[in-house]
Amino acid sequence: MGFFFEVLIGGLLSGVLYSLVALGFVLIYKASGVFNFAQGAMVFFAALTFVGFMEVLPGWTGLEAGSRAVFWFAFVLSLGAMVVLGVLTERVVLRPLVNQPHITLFMATIGLTFLIEGIVQAIWGSHVRGLDLGITDEPIEWILDSADIIVSKFDVFAATLAGVLVASLALFFQYTKVGRALRAVADDHQAALSIGIPLQHIWAIVWSVAGFVALVAGLIWGARSGVQFALTFTALKALPVLILGGFTSVPGAIVGGLIIGASEKLAEVYLGPFVGGGIEGWFPYVLALLFLLVRPEGLFGEKHIDRV
Amino acid sequence: MTNTATANAAASAAPYLSINNVEVIYDHVILVLKGVSLQVEKGSIVALLGANGAGKSTTLKSISNLLGAERGDVTKGSIEFKGQRIEKMTPNDLVKRGVIQVMEGRHCFGHLTIEENLLTGAYTRSISRSELKDSLEKVYHYFPRLKTRRSSQAGYTSGGEQQMCAIGRALMAKPEMILLDEPSMGLAPQIVEEIFEIVKDLNTKEQVSFLLAEQNTMVALRYADFGYIMENGRIVMEGVASELATNEDVKEFYLGLAGEGRKSFRDVKHYRRRKRWLS
Repeated sequence: MGFFFEVLIGGLLSGVLYSLVALGFVLIYKASGVFNFAQGAMVFFAALTFVGFMEVLPGWTGLEAGSRAVFWFAFVLSLGAMVVLGVLTERVVLRPLVNQPHITLFMATIGLTFLIEGIVQAIWGSHVRGLDLGITDEPIEWILDSADIIVSKFDVFAATLAGVLVASLALFFQYTKVGRALRAVADDHQAALSIGIPLQHIWAIVWSVAGFVALVAGLIWGARSGVQFALTFTALKALPVLILGGFTSVPGAIVGGLIIGASEKLAEVYLGPFVGGGIEGWFPYVLALLFLLVRPEGLFGEKHIDRV
Repeated sequence: MTNTATANAAASAAPYLSINNVEVIYDHVILVLKGVSLQVEKGSIVALLGANGAGKSTTLKSISNLLGAERGDVTKGSIEFKGQRIEKMTPNDLVKRGVIQVMEGRHCFGHLTIEENLLTGAYTRSISRSELKDSLEKVYHYFPRLKTRRSSQAGYTSGGEQQMCAIGRALMAKPEMILLDEPSMGLAPQIVEEIFEIVKDLNTKEQVSFLLAEQNTMVALRYADFGYIMENGRIVMEGVASELATNEDVKEFYLGLAGEGRKSFRDVKHYRRRKRWLS
């Protein structure tokens, strides 16, 4: 039984990271109706920019390499870069395509994906880099002692961080003026425009927030598996999460991430041996497909409200 | 003639909202407004009447500048509000200046509650929490029904409640002038009366001016001070509302209240063509 919980907890904790990536999709999809295929590229861009700044900042400023000051300086600069990226995307890609069919915007974000990947690698280089956040990936001792379960310190740290981020975003959406405006824009662009909400500002804010989420996700994923091109594929893991949780729901992204994380680990351990293992990679998609048949709008997805 | 008399009167007074010879083209090719001119005096209710596709909504959208989002453009003419040209301003600027449109078909934010809908209306104002609460209470005072539904999702409320929500939301921006597009659309007659009563109330008590586009000519003329009739992208007739309501031509062609039998289609065509030349 201890082993079962170990797998379950490990799965849930990694699931929080899927939630974080999925959250980036949900934010943009809700506010601008665009399925932003470039979200994975944004995660990669953020992580690589951060690592890049970590490397060059000591040389530029004379700060001690690897110090706390360099970390926060790099964090702020990367965040700035994500905001610039978000605003530029809104200006150059979204604004000229206003009123175009969704598929056109979707194609535009696919193009954007490769553009972002190309530009960031041209600036910082494409070799794999390590990223050390100062949290080691080792079991928490008191849990190991008392319950004989291995729970990684790093996983707990990452999950807590993601949890706090998600909770604060949810509060922001629910209770602030800008949050309300974001939800209003998500519901009806035209009406939002008619009451004087400037859509461009709102979109710029959403893309910046999505950039911030991508940065946090990129740091955590990067610290675990190295900052490399493969980070862009983490975005694809968010797809089954979205299908499960619903494209328009923040809580859906969280619960979906937890379910996908836990079920893929459990499936790997308990079902894997019967089919020769290695099902972790595709099991979430099977789950998502099954789910599509039963509840196409996802667990928490908004049903289209249609009064006749 | 009374028409020219009122036109002269409007011209001599400083115009509050005036649209001069406006032409609107959609998608660079479709000519929708072919030189529309109209005035709204401060504190008045002006009705813009006409059939489907006459250009009423486009006229309102050219003022609120929601045209841009629909690929429409004001290509000729000028629009002035309190002596300032406004045709190049964004909807955000216009709302801040006190001109706001309530769109046709209500367009409430379906997944937001009624109260959240109203709160978004105050987006352009930087006001304190207590001022916001006062504004909210004022809207609830005019629309007591909204107060009882304040925490329901707007998408699940009735058509009348949604129309009230849309007007209330506009009020939250503290407008001087509301452009109201088809408030009666799809509503039961007594709800329409209720809404027009509130419009009249807002007009007298809050000094909000209204320019309202309506197909429901009879009701609109009963509450309006002045009326314009549009057809095919032009104004074909204008006058004091009470006079328009009793005008034989209007009765015949727009109210369907012809005195002696139906006229043949040819006569109608002739009449329209003549009127167009006159305007």
